Amino acid sequence: MTEFILNNALVLSDKPTGSLLLDLIRYDKCLTGTKIGCREGDCGACTVLIGTLTDGEMNYEQITSCLTPLGNVHGKHVVTIEGLNLSVDDNDKLNPVQKFMVEESGTQCGFCTVGFVVSLSGFCLAHKDATYEDAIASIDGNICRCTGYKSIVRAAQHITDALKGKDTAQTVNWLVKEQFIPEYFTSIPERLENITSTSGSSGKIVGGGTDLYVQKPDELVVRDVNSISNHPELKHIDIEDGTCTVGAGSTVSDLYQSPVFKAIFPRLDEHIKLISSSPIRNISTIAGNFVNASPIGDLTAFFLALNSEITFKKGKKIYLKDFYKGYKDLDMADDDMITAITFKTPGENAKFNFEKVSKRIHLDIASVNTAICVEVENDTIKEIHLSAGGVGPTPLYLRETCAYLKGKELNNETVNAANTIMQNEISPISDVRGSADYKRLLLRQLYYAHFIKLYPTKISLEVLV
Amino acid sequence: MKNIDAKGHVTGRSIYVDDIQPIQGTLFGVVFGSPHAHGEIESVNYAKALELPGVIRILTHEDIPGENQIGGILPDEELFASKEVHFQGQPIALIVAESDHIAFEARKLIEVKIKEKEVIVDPRKAKEKGQLIIPPRTFEMGNTNKAWDECEYIFEGTAHTNGQEHLYIETQGAYAQPMENGNIRISSSTQGPTAVQRATARVLGVGMHKIEVDVVRLGGGFGGKEDQATPWAVMAALGCKVLNKPIKVILHRMDDMKMTGKRHPYTSDYKIGLSKDLKIVAYEATFYQNAGAAADLSPAVMERTLFHATNSYFIPNVKATAYSCKTNLPPNTAFRGFGGPQGMFVIEAAIAHSAKEIGVSSHEIQKVNLLDDGDEFPYGQIAEGVVLQKIWKELDAKKTIEETRKKIAAFNASHKDVKKGMSLMPVSFGISFTKTSMNQARALVHIYSDGSVGISTGAVEMGQGVNTKMLQVAADIFGLDPKRVKLESTNTTRVSNTSPSAASATADLNGKALQIACNELMSRLTSLASRLFEVDKRDIIFKEGIFSNSKNSQSLEWDKMIDTAFLERISLTENGHYATPVINFDKDKEKGHPFAYHVYGLALTEVTVDCIRGTYDIDTVKIVHDFGNSMNESVDLGQIEGGLVQGIGWMTSEEIDYDENGKLRSSSLSTYKIPDIYAIPREIDIKALDTEGSDLAILKSKAVGEPPLMYGIGTYFAIEDAVKAFNPDYIPTFDAPFTHEKVLMGLYNLWPSSTNVQTSSKGESSIPSEIQ
Repeated sequence: MTEFILNNALVLSDKPTGSLLLDLIRYDKCLTGTKIGCREGDCGACTVLIGTLTDGEMNYEQITSCLTPLGNVHGKHVVTIEGLNLSVDDNDKLNPVQKFMVEESGTQCGFCTVGFVVSLSGFCLAHKDATYEDAIASIDGNICRCTGYKSIVRAAQHITDALKGKDTAQTVNWLVKEQFIPEYFTSIPERLENITSTSGSSGKIVGGGTDLYVQKPDELVVRDVNSISNHPELKHIDIEDGTCTVGAGSTVSDLYQSPVFKAIFPRLDEHIKLISSSPIRNISTIAGNFVNASPIGDLTAFFLALNSEITFKKGKKIYLKDFYKGYKDLDMADDDMITAITFKTPGENAKFNFEKVSKRIHLDIASVNTAICVEVENDTIKEIHLSAGGVGPTPLYLRETCAYLKGKELNNETVNAANTIMQNEISPISDVRGSADYKRLLLRQLYYAHFIKLYPTKISLEVLV
Repeated sequence: MKNIDAKGHVTGRSIYVDDIQPIQGTLFGVVFGSPHAHGEIESVNYAKALELPGVIRILTHEDIPGENQIGGILPDEELFASKEVHFQGQPIALIVAESDHIAFEARKLIEVKIKEKEVIVDPRKAKEKGQLIIPPRTFEMGNTNKAWDECEYIFEGTAHTNGQEHLYIETQGAYAQPMENGNIRISSSTQGPTAVQRATARVLGVGMHKIEVDVVRLGGGFGGKEDQATPWAVMAALGCKVLNKPIKVILHRMDDMKMTGKRHPYTSDYKIGLSKDLKIVAYEATFYQNAGAAADLSPAVMERTLFHATNSYFIPNVKATAYSCKTNLPPNTAFRGFGGPQGMFVIEAAIAHSAKEIGVSSHEIQKVNLLDDGDEFPYGQIAEGVVLQKIWKELDAKKTIEETRKKIAAFNASHKDVKKGMSLMPVSFGISFTKTSMNQARALVHIYSDGSVGISTGAVEMGQGVNTKMLQVAADIFGLDPKRVKLESTNTTRVSNTSPSAASATADLNGKALQIACNELMSRLTSLASRLFEVDKRDIIFKEGIFSNSKNSQSLEWDKMIDTAFLERISLTENGHYATPVINFDKDKEKGHPFAYHVYGLALTEVTVDCIRGTYDIDTVKIVHDFGNSMNESVDLGQIEGGLVQGIGWMTSEEIDYDENGKLRSSSLSTYKIPDIYAIPREIDIKALDTEGSDLAILKSKAVGEPPLMYGIGTYFAIEDAVKAFNPDYIPTFDAPFTHEKVLMGLYNLWPSSTNVQTSSKGESSIPSEIQ
């Protein structure tokens, strides 16, 4: 039994916990404002908000309901477009998000519009001061084919302005007062506290579902699943004695917002922005990315370069670089699961970088990605970990390239020479994400980019090519 | 006035086909398509699928009571393949089940044996083998053969543009329900309600009067639902006829992408000749259109390529030939621009090629060849109201072009890893269906006895704001608060024999018909007023909803007048009919006056290329556009911005990828990338040029749907400009889209790369020496 609040009503559903939130909303509850565009999290027409009660406070995040199993919303508040404005008659009052979208002509055919309105409402509900950049980031998972986005951008600017003076300690109350959201939002925490039942934890383990529900939705929607979100103990990011531990259920957004991560990775914003979109980052888990074993998993490349170790429920602990035996072949028992990821925080002289190029810069799957963590002392490469995705059957830890570089003087010649080794360590194939030749060239370029970006005075493109 | 649908859209209350609440007992249809691109169907075994609980029936060609034929222009397309399949995804059957989930499960259980035949995906190869949809056509003016001798420079080359997926966010779909006496009502997401009605009647073997097609709105169309919304609606109606049950067929996104056609890919040869002072003296082009497996709208698309082969330039000697080549891909179809953009890309490539060889900037050639009043198009129409020179001057008012060029040169001199580039893209686009008979429309207007108004036209609302414009026309003539005017759904029982909403002409055609109907009603009311006020009709004044007169003090407000008219038994309903005057075209001579008018404009694009990664940002697009006298600036501005970005997508990240077996590899949103919010130009600056407009445009407000798409072509050439700045040895290939892959390969001379991606097994690629 799944129990949650949908807009202003309690829902008790006996549908399989693996069935999709989107189908329940549209077909069981007849809330047709939420649209179906792609069923793979790539258009945002099905965006809804999920509100989680944490320490007495509601936190709302936009997610794609087409990839969200019902089990993942147990005990939460689900908000659809219909729940953002309860007035029903023809002359009803639009809330400011809706009003600015109309005034700036941010809607043409209207099919994607609901998703934009929901995402922008999620932006309003954040417990922080509104910035234009955050407004745009909130709609980075929403695709529009009509407007060319400029009118939506203008609306987002007005919405940001209208949020000036938001009381971030009392976000919901302030938004209710300013008529951004209906009054019932204030009653939600208490109502959620009354939900004491627990969702079942049998069936296939599902993290965010953002890969599984793209690959085999038909299989999953008819059965119960074991949702990671029902394992709060797996959601944490800690640092102790120079070792960082990330709970396997942490989402990409959790990393993004983590002060621990922000301290370790000064360019975290840049890196994370290249990984999928806000609604996907809000649900996709790190362990899910590892277990999915896609050769182009962005987070896998990220953590490989940190020489991370993974801990399993059954107690085993291995290096992430040893996890992949072959294409989608993992060193892991079928009934086991990852519980945590650990890595030594990079030293004071260490630098980290993540690079990714895809057909579209944002909200896309990499043609090639790569990450590096490198420590240079007195011009000598003391320690180096380099990863690459999209150039082999698994996410690669470039062992030979690293071995070659370690101990060498950092200069253009070294970097250049290591490329030859790297080219022999990879085996890209031609596919929809690019030809093999392109992927080779691209990895070389991104590998150069690491050094050009991290050591601009020592390494230059001109000398390299 | 803001789009009248906007409020419904932002509250989620607007209704699309799949939002219609299903009648109890509704069944769901899922299409079973061919797994192979070409072959003979040896057997199809449905037994296992039929055994699955919840599967009601599987409909095939054998269930068709009428003709198994849905071809619009040519009768060459079966609804369900009977003996042969000609593209992957070609419908073979419709699985009807209690839920779409069951139908999808059943689909996996169907076993089909196909004796495979040779698959052709390349249009040039199809042409060699004589596989043509229609005989080739040639537009000719002057004498190119003689003109080459007059040329100082002659260049030849090839250019390619890939297809483009429409990616309307609402996939194809229809919902059919049985009515009394064997009648069927279809709610369809179609740009062409009459096309759906006609095809359904044909397949079911009934008269068109038995089929009612209703369209509330579309979640995007862009041409993709002009002809290709038809099969799904016909299938739903067939299910309805056979099972006497309501049937919903909504395509899953991946089915939609695999089964429907797209913008036509073209590969073309050009030869261009210029005089010493850069005048284009002669131009020859041969277009090979990749039509796919059936005609669909390809012959008409091909024709428009010829019409726009010289874009915005006057060239005295022209010969343009086009072949519509039959391949084993889904039948390609209408897409915003309708062949025009493909023709324009080739002449722009020819100019860029010339500029590079001669050592000048492309815009120097573009400028001196711009079309002017009185110039003749290769198809015989004399250009009128040409404002290209004025537009160029307006854009270049502050020497913008030269200043931008200088600014970019300075930037490039001081940056090694990033380079900027620019381009200019003029556009002249002809407005009208090129098939003259299609340029007609009707509108039905009811004034209800309380004074409120209902309007039906043949126009389909798909986001382009046509209903808003229709409402403006009526509310303006009747002096009514827009709230008292309702735009009805587009329905074949109210407005019949409609042309599809296409060719940018919907607002013009339907708006003019609506004007005629409204004016006729006003004329009746004015006659009544003259009787009531006992004055001459000419003395009647209608202002702000009040009928008065210039002779005495009698007056009557709108509602009272309507009430009176009703009691006087005056008809308060009128049907307006409009047929565009002037236009004509003689296909034997390939000459005539096919367009009511042209729309003109110019775009200046600036981009920045990251020469380490091969990625790029579009910095600015400055546009000067000829709106005529825009009747709705917010709607028209939205069309320009949206069209531009769609054109940019076609030229940059949108890459249709079929393998040599005709399998679509870019069959989902994770593999086919349209612009997202970060991919758009940082700045889009649109300036409306004050022009007179055309009397043939509704309220002199020129058509705006398609022309702006072609501004996007400028992005291709701006990127190329930046690539050349980094790599002086770069050899242009004029092969759109300019993906990140092609940019990087171009920057490092791995060009031409294996752009035709082969399916190679793991790790067999050798390492090119350039990368080592």
